[in-house]
Amino acid sequence: MTISIDPQKAKNEGLQPKGWLRYFSFSLDHKVIGIQYLVCGFLFYLIGGTLASAIRIELLSPMSDFMPRDVYNQVLTLHGTIMIFLWIVPVVNGAFGNYLIPFYVGARDMAFPRLNAVAFWLIPPSGLMLVASYFVEGAAQAGWTAYPPLSITTPQSGQIIWIMSVLLLGGSSIFGGINFIATIIKLRRPGLKLMQLPMYCWAMLGTSILVVLSTPVLAGTLILLSFDIIANTGFFNPVLGGNVVVYQHLFWFYSHPAVYIMVLPAFGLVSEILPVHSRKPLFGYTTMVFSIMGIVVLGLVVWAHHMFTSGTPPWMRLFFTIATAFIAVPTGIKFFNWVATLWGGKISINSAMLFSCGFIINFVFGGITGVALAQVPFDIHVHDTYFVVAHFHYIVYGGTVFIIFSSIYHWFPKVTGKLLNEKLGILHFIITFIGFNLCFAPQHWLGLNGMPRRVAEYDPQFQFVNQISSLGAFFMAISTLPFLINVFLSVRNGKNSGDNPWNALTPEWLTSSPPPVENWEGEAPLVEEPYGYGKEFSEQK
Amino acid sequence: MLNKNIYLILVISLVFAISFWIGFNVNLLPAEASINAPIYDELFKILFIIGLIIFIGMTIAVIYSLFKFRKRNDQIGDGIALEGNLSLEIVWTIIPSIIVLLIGLYSYNIYERMGGMKELNHNHEMMSSNPEKIWAGISQTSDNQISENNLSIEVSAMQFAFLFNYPKGNFISGELHVPVNQKVSMKMESKDVIHAFWVPEFRIKQDIIPGQPTILNFTPTKVGKYPIICAELCGPYHGGMRASIIVEEESVYKDWFNKNNKTEVNL
Repeated sequence: MTISIDPQKAKNEGLQPKGWLRYFSFSLDHKVIGIQYLVCGFLFYLIGGTLASAIRIELLSPMSDFMPRDVYNQVLTLHGTIMIFLWIVPVVNGAFGNYLIPFYVGARDMAFPRLNAVAFWLIPPSGLMLVASYFVEGAAQAGWTAYPPLSITTPQSGQIIWIMSVLLLGGSSIFGGINFIATIIKLRRPGLKLMQLPMYCWAMLGTSILVVLSTPVLAGTLILLSFDIIANTGFFNPVLGGNVVVYQHLFWFYSHPAVYIMVLPAFGLVSEILPVHSRKPLFGYTTMVFSIMGIVVLGLVVWAHHMFTSGTPPWMRLFFTIATAFIAVPTGIKFFNWVATLWGGKISINSAMLFSCGFIINFVFGGITGVALAQVPFDIHVHDTYFVVAHFHYIVYGGTVFIIFSSIYHWFPKVTGKLLNEKLGILHFIITFIGFNLCFAPQHWLGLNGMPRRVAEYDPQFQFVNQISSLGAFFMAISTLPFLINVFLSVRNGKNSGDNPWNALTPEWLTSSPPPVENWEGEAPLVEEPYGYGKEFSEQK
Repeated sequence: MLNKNIYLILVISLVFAISFWIGFNVNLLPAEASINAPIYDELFKILFIIGLIIFIGMTIAVIYSLFKFRKRNDQIGDGIALEGNLSLEIVWTIIPSIIVLLIGLYSYNIYERMGGMKELNHNHEMMSSNPEKIWAGISQTSDNQISENNLSIEVSAMQFAFLFNYPKGNFISGELHVPVNQKVSMKMESKDVIHAFWVPEFRIKQDIIPGQPTILNFTPTKVGKYPIICAELCGPYHGGMRASIIVEEESVYKDWFNKNNKTEVNL
């Protein structure tokens, strides 16, 4: 079943603006919406990154001297919330999902184009609302986890705006999830079987199942929390007989799967990038599919490992230890398969490839500390310390953000018809990789030796290591410059890429670059082997 | 082919050797000052070595592939059309499963040695029957069931301080004084938001929750002064919410206790 839009009708429905203006319109074109997600997410990434730099400046000295203490807590709350809900989740799901999924299933657009546009247009207002809450009475300052009773006792307006903003972003995420499931299941081109889909489709199917199952729980929890704040109810307020640990269970029931909502799409994207640049089929397609689904199932039953030091009974701690540690198995399979994909290939070492390999190395490191953290006796010492901060930055920055950059280098020619400059790209990779590891590797030691997270002041013996970490963070901040320069220069006068600069076999490359409004001039091609490198028909191309 | 295998075995043994050397010689942890600490450090060492083997191995595999299989200028066409290898994939499903299972069983053992599996609701009998065990976790209790022969202390946490109540001496202190090598049993409750009681040198941490008392038992083994750190974001001065635990010889502790004792009859 392919969708077809009457071009005249489409024109009347908001596709009218041409050129760059269409990116500011309520466009129904999945490609325009994808780019809107990406650029909007990147702007929030710059804001979140500025906040991160402010945190690292504060931590240059052991005293709280760079900003007032309550502002520091607002900064760390906004940093976490912006990076998760306005940068990583919308970009790995919304941006790449919208751009690529219709190509991959052979459709002309997403299943519900109007819902798709609504999902995107919820993001800028809620993001601006969140940032603007700083200027009202101060932004939320209870951390991105908003644990009561702290979130109930801190200034109310900031916390309420935070809740409303996260609710809108959650809504956007659910709309997107429903749309992806419908598109992948129902809009596949006739003849295209599920097991012939590119891996990113499977990753997005798994992610969207998690989004649809767990995000409503977060929404419900935050609504109850807002009742506690504005209507004096006692769901989580211990003064009125509420239970604060129940909030933590409900919160992490979403927020642990949220980690997979952030990394599974990255797993999908790297599975597209590695085969193309190493000229080899994706190793172990079937096991990759099963491992994604295994992660989805396991990911729903591990949330309490965030609560090993709260009031959880011993048997529960043990169950969540085992369940969490077992996620390492399907995840490990994927990493072995990626290395096997590289093995024996003819690898082009370019920016996309370097960022993908950086991702493998960083993520393996973050995964190992993750298995350690899953062990209750290990976690009891390092829970809520900089060890945890280092661990999850290895997962979400060293993992997902590296893949976002890798994907931008890979698909930039698709979107613009221009190539990005490779020298600037490699420079970008080197500064990012060194800065990232310099920033976060020392934080493991800080956590093990007694520095808790979310503090503005700390024991002076940790100053030197904190300064190294801050130096790394400033490298990371600087690394954005070559990237931005590269994008601006290449959009204006980059080298023409042609339609398929990488000689890739996945369907999005089998049309012109940039693609026409409905993706293909004629009928969508049937791609039965999206990774058929090294076989006769790909040699001929 | 034989040559290749020799190189492979050589590299693998080198990775193991380096990992073991680092694991045994690089100390990333603070001083050990409680019964829990050496048990914890044993687990840490094992996880550290396994982690190093996997990390170094994977990094070498990625970097080697990038060099060995990079596209030379004169090369055209694709790599080999290898789509998978079922037996290899089964191997790297089963081996990690076994490793993860073994780590899980081992950490269960560690947790039990730390006393973590004990139900605190009945801790009175269990503690007296098996006084060697120590408890590093918590469970909810309706009332204070701390056994007689332990030093029992009531901790209350508030923004932004810890207070330590010694019920036997009927006094409250801002510093936690405890005698060395004696089990301490603490019942903790928060007056406002969630805090956490963390002593890095003891390798123990427990949230202090409003409306839900929690219990933490430990046995210090080394005389000295160690920081007590709040590890749960509790407000603007969270970073400054610290106290000290002072572990002393029995006699020094007794002097301190008697000096502060406010009960009518001295014990």
